[in-house]
Amino acid sequence: MSDLTLTANIDSPDDFYADLLDIHEGHSKEESEAINARLILILANHIGNRDVLKQALAAAVS
Amino acid sequence: MFDDRYTLAFKAYPYEKSPDQSAENPVRHPVVVMGGGPVGMATALDLGRQGVPVLVLDDHEGVGMGSRAICFAKRSLEIADRYGCGDPMLEKGVVWNVGKVFHEDRQVFEFNLLPEEGHKFPAFINMQQPYFEQFMIERARALQAEGAPIQIRGKNRVESVDVQDDHVVLTVMTPDGPYTLEADWLIGCDGASSPLRGMLGLDFSGRVFQDSFLIADIKMINTNFPTERWFWFDPPFKSAGASTLLHKQPDDVWRVDFQIGWDVDRKEEMKEKNIRARLDAFLGGDVEYEIVWSSIYTFQCKRMENFRAGPVIFAGDAAHQVSPFGARGANSGMQDVDNLGWKLGLVVNGKAPVSLLDSYNSERIFGADENVLNSTRSTDFITPKSDTSRLFRDAVLHLSERFEFARPLVNSGRLSVPCVYDTSTLNSADNLAGGPARTRPGAPCPDAPLGDGYLLSHLGDGFVLLAIDSDAPDEIVESGITIKTISISAKDDPSGQLAARYLGQAQRGVYLIRPDQHVTARMATFDEAEIRAALRRATGQEIV
Ligand SMILES: Cc1cc2nc3c(=O)[nH]c(=O)nc-3n(C[C@H](O)[C@H](O)[C@H](O)COP(=O)(O)OP(=O)(O)OC[C@H]3O[C@@H](n4cnc5c(N)ncnc54)[C@H](O)[C@@H]3O)c2cc1C
Repeated sequence: MSDLTLTANIDSPDDFYADLLDIHEGHSKEESEAINARLILILANHIGNRDVLKQALAAAVS
Repeated sequence: MFDDRYTLAFKAYPYEKSPDQSAENPVRHPVVVMGGGPVGMATALDLGRQGVPVLVLDDHEGVGMGSRAICFAKRSLEIADRYGCGDPMLEKGVVWNVGKVFHEDRQVFEFNLLPEEGHKFPAFINMQQPYFEQFMIERARALQAEGAPIQIRGKNRVESVDVQDDHVVLTVMTPDGPYTLEADWLIGCDGASSPLRGMLGLDFSGRVFQDSFLIADIKMINTNFPTERWFWFDPPFKSAGASTLLHKQPDDVWRVDFQIGWDVDRKEEMKEKNIRARLDAFLGGDVEYEIVWSSIYTFQCKRMENFRAGPVIFAGDAAHQVSPFGARGANSGMQDVDNLGWKLGLVVNGKAPVSLLDSYNSERIFGADENVLNSTRSTDFITPKSDTSRLFRDAVLHLSERFEFARPLVNSGRLSVPCVYDTSTLNSADNLAGGPARTRPGAPCPDAPLGDGYLLSHLGDGFVLLAIDSDAPDEIVESGITIKTISISAKDDPSGQLAARYLGQAQRGVYLIRPDQHVTARMATFDEAEIRAALRRATGQEIV
């Protein structure tokens, strides 16, 4: 079983965080929610592995 | 009075008084089938071809008007082919491969099913349900002429049943009044609202969906619409509902399916002028058409807890109902019959214990649950039940327009495929190292090219030992059941598809295949003791 990475793994975390907020700039709450939903799907596809995805889903609600 | 509950598409078994009606004592029949829909008729074909006397009682005199099912899957056609009526279906049906998915006013993508090659039948055909039933009835008539013990009685309505330990007493109403019959086995194929279920007080539980669909089958006049499946999520046309489907059938007829919601005035919606207003908005004003049939339906995903209650066995819609997404209704009913027919045949002929029928219950409940799961998922995608569910659904549709990755998530119905009975107690261990997963014990045999024809046509309807590049005796008789050997070589199919589907990494292999063409055991080389044990297990004589 593959493991979900839950230790720090993002290059330049501050820059990523700023980018994340940036894409939501100027959007309504509804538009932002739609963007987030698409982002989740894009990232999920990139991960692909169902084991890892299940762990990520569980980590998000825990 | 004997009134029809629905209009007939055509008369096929007009009422005739049978000698049973004037018999002094109730006549006993080995198998009585209640209901002459597709599932009841298939049951008659299956049993009749085995020489098991079968009597079908239907409360009408033929096939109901209105096409209902239009999409018939490969497995149903293969089963019909085993019964001898697959070819006329293939000839009549429309084959389609291109589908388009729309969201609001945009086409988000187009797909081509690119079906796998090397099968006699396509993944599915579109055809009005009355044709499907008609071809089976014609086949039953041909078999009767050859002496098959099939009887069909129209306007014979089962009114009540008295279930005993080893038989059922039926009261049957006819235009000449009631009569009494007995049956060793009663097969309930009386449809989704099954009166038989009610008579026995059996449960039918699951989910009811708060939605209704307006279907119109329309005949296009001087318009050439392509043979494609078009599906709209949130269609932009006036009052087209939450989804719309446009699909081709034979005879220039198109199925239009509007999902119109729960709170509708059925009577109002069914008025021709209102149906036309919807259709005109959808098709554009200048398309000429004639409405052949229309109906409003709602659906449920439900099943009985047990498909067998002593000498009464349920099949088809009477046993389970699913949403129409994925065309799993009639198609799964055909698989019920495929599964039940040989088992009941062996039991009636005293070659297998009655407990074999419990495997019908467990295998087909497994199938029904799979169908309910799939059609519920499609329903949830098409009609999201919460804001979040809609958010993700719309995100998938949005992404699928530009990115291929999102397209497999789009779910407007997952087409019926036969299930693999992985957990069945009838299976023996998989002893073919390197064998493909798709032909593991429990799996339905995939078709493959063989010489000038196809593999499935050679399997017939008994137990078969398929010896691929292996030595095996021509015939084995175990517990009074004959296993016929079919010896073939991977070289019989130069395309390599036969080897890919049945050998995988292996050089040779031996398969024991059930009469319903599901694999029950496989091994690297012929081992007589293992085959005999597998046959006993597959017929419920040895539970290991
Ligand atoms: C709009 C729509 C679209 C569909 N599309 C598809 C599709 O594309 N593909 C698919 O596979 N399925 C589809 N289905 C489902 C399919 O139509 C049913 O699953 C199928 O007809 C079930 O067959 P059946 O023989 O079990 O029952 P039925 O067809 O309902 O037959 C039951 C029979 O029993 C008779 N009967 C009832 N009571 C008695 C009695 N007391 N005595 C004697 N006889 C009795 C009835 O008159 C009838 O002839 C669709 C259904 C609908 C409504």
